[in-house]
Amino acid sequence: MHAFLKTGKLSGGQGSLSGAKDKPGQSGVLKKKSLTPWVEKYRPRTVNDVVEQNDVVEVMRQCLNGADLPNLLFYGPPGTGKTSTILAAARQLFGDIYKDRILELNASDERGIQVIREKVKNFAQFSASSIRPDGRPCPPFKIVILDEADSMTQAAQAALRRTMERETKTTRFCLVCNYVSRIIPPITSRCSKFRFKPLGNELIRERLQLICSEEKVSCSNDAMNCLVETSGGDLRRAITCLQSCSRLKGSGVEICAEDVQEVAGVVPVELVNGMLDVCRLNNYEMLTEFVDKLMQEGYCVAQLVEQLHEVVVFDTNMTDAQKASICDRLGVCSFRMQDGGNEYINLLDLGCTIIRTMKM
Amino acid sequence: MSLWVDKYRPNSLTKLDYHKTQALHLKHLVQQGDFPHLLVYGPSGAGKKTRIFCLLRELYGPGVERLRLEHMNIQTPSNKKIDITTVSSNYHLEVNPSDVGFHDRVVIQELIKTVAQTHQLDPSGQREFKVVVICEADCLTKDAQHALRRTMEKYVATCRIILVAHTISRVIPAIRSRCLGVRVGAPTKDEIISILQSICRKEGLSLPNELAERIAMQSNGNLRRAVLFLETCKVQQYPFQPDQKVAAHDWEIFLKDTAKMIVQEQSPQKLLQIRNRLYELMIHGIPSEFIFKGLLQELVKNCDMQLKTQVVEKAAFFEHRIHLGSKPIIHLEAFVASFMASYKKFMEATVADLF
Repeated sequence: MHAFLKTGKLSGGQGSLSGAKDKPGQSGVLKKKSLTPWVEKYRPRTVNDVVEQNDVVEVMRQCLNGADLPNLLFYGPPGTGKTSTILAAARQLFGDIYKDRILELNASDERGIQVIREKVKNFAQFSASSIRPDGRPCPPFKIVILDEADSMTQAAQAALRRTMERETKTTRFCLVCNYVSRIIPPITSRCSKFRFKPLGNELIRERLQLICSEEKVSCSNDAMNCLVETSGGDLRRAITCLQSCSRLKGSGVEICAEDVQEVAGVVPVELVNGMLDVCRLNNYEMLTEFVDKLMQEGYCVAQLVEQLHEVVVFDTNMTDAQKASICDRLGVCSFRMQDGGNEYINLLDLGCTIIRTMKM
Repeated sequence: MSLWVDKYRPNSLTKLDYHKTQALHLKHLVQQGDFPHLLVYGPSGAGKKTRIFCLLRELYGPGVERLRLEHMNIQTPSNKKIDITTVSSNYHLEVNPSDVGFHDRVVIQELIKTVAQTHQLDPSGQREFKVVVICEADCLTKDAQHALRRTMEKYVATCRIILVAHTISRVIPAIRSRCLGVRVGAPTKDEIISILQSICRKEGLSLPNELAERIAMQSNGNLRRAVLFLETCKVQQYPFQPDQKVAAHDWEIFLKDTAKMIVQEQSPQKLLQIRNRLYELMIHGIPSEFIFKGLLQELVKNCDMQLKTQVVEKAAFFEHRIHLGSKPIIHLEAFVASFMASYKKFMEATVADLF
């Protein structure tokens, strides 16, 4: 939120894209413009700008027209616009007094039970008037945004329960998280839940093309396909990737698919297929050699496991039983690596399993 | 006198010996006076830190080389005081939050936020942002990584974060999607050889090609080790002999011997001896991960394919458990014991087949 206020990105006319260009307080230094990441620069500024999430946009729009706002719980995969939606909505609801009416807490703030009891409760207890200082009407409540709520402790969530109910007159809560299962049921039952779905490929492409033309970046068709594919519905990832590529290549040079792959950290297809080929040879020494090489190149094994999964599932030569046993091991290895297991040993284990199943 | 490793460390992006296109890309990146958050990953000894320093030097000039060591005191919410050592210059701050174990979240929250929140007093003539280098980012707890997420976005105007990691498997996707990933692969054998040769030329020494090749082989793609080996060889004997011995690390030899002992005899007494040796290794600070890998590599040599798969499976299983438990020795020993059991069974079966 501070970033928004500091750079004044949202302070431009509501809904106008050109709002990003004038920056009160920092204007005059033209160089500063390049400092903002495109992700921030092209964040949706009004609720209407939010794409794909129709239900929540509809609710928000009604609320902007004077309807009451329920407590909200947004959940969904990263990069689908959860935080953007609530920030944009708050901005539209409150205008200039936005700062006073919002309390944003995220995982980077201390959020133990103590903070919930004191800070949130105190903030919630103040009543809000229904007129702005300049006389225009505004909704008579404040909003507490709890970003990344799934990383809050159970105790802290429990402390929220009563506060949420008691202060409904003056305060609305908006919880944002990736996994709704990590929010305790008493909280979920107090909120209206909205699921943010991953963005469709076409929408991501459209958005990227818009940014490309705004920023004067040339991007080949292959590269664009690659960007859309690797993002997996995460618009933030796609935009960061695009910006990184354009920065790396310098201005004026066309971005090609290889750059995108390198930046996105995708393991080259040859290596993924190579792993299966090596396993077909039924030779342990060859396997270790291959694994050694892979580790030295520094590729991300978790990514390799993910890509292998795709290849294995769509392979036409393997029987279903083989696929099942390989996928089982893929899952086990991925789980172990999440816990911090050694990549080398896990990859070897995976290789051995594939060798064994190939012989079946 | 400094070690050759430090003496011949390249200090500008143009002087790097390998991954030249990447160096060029990095140069492009900083030329615009700004860069996104970076996540630099690759095996050890591949030159991650070297590249970061080149980048910082390119950005801020030689001022970044004036380093100072600082101790910071931070208080956790539970009123525990923790100390952390940081290395910093006027422009950047290097910190290893995993030094303080599971309190790393507090370090991220307090330290990095403090740095990130302070603006440069005089923005003219220098950059508007500082750089925080976080080492061993893959060892950060999940909590700490979550704490980093929003900090990265919020303070992007005043602070850039460079994360250094061996592997990005353990870095949460939310952080990965906020960073530009820079993969630094290990140099190839030929690249190591040519670097060794050029160091020798600068030192006025002549290095036989056979020796260079053997050093490169033994270094396993780790350039730092290769250069250290070279210097050790020089101290031991000069002029170089083509068949000169390249001294491996003591602990590696010790580990190999341990593996041999396991294969020789499988009995409870032997297991007791092995335990002592494992303790010995751990007392000297060898990470359990390395012990596991070393043992596995040695042990599978004497097995047939079927046993190999079994052993690898067991190794992966027990290695995973280390990360869930708190005492690595238990899991190491469990692995050794279970290997002994299956190896003995295997040997008995082979002997029975013979008669």
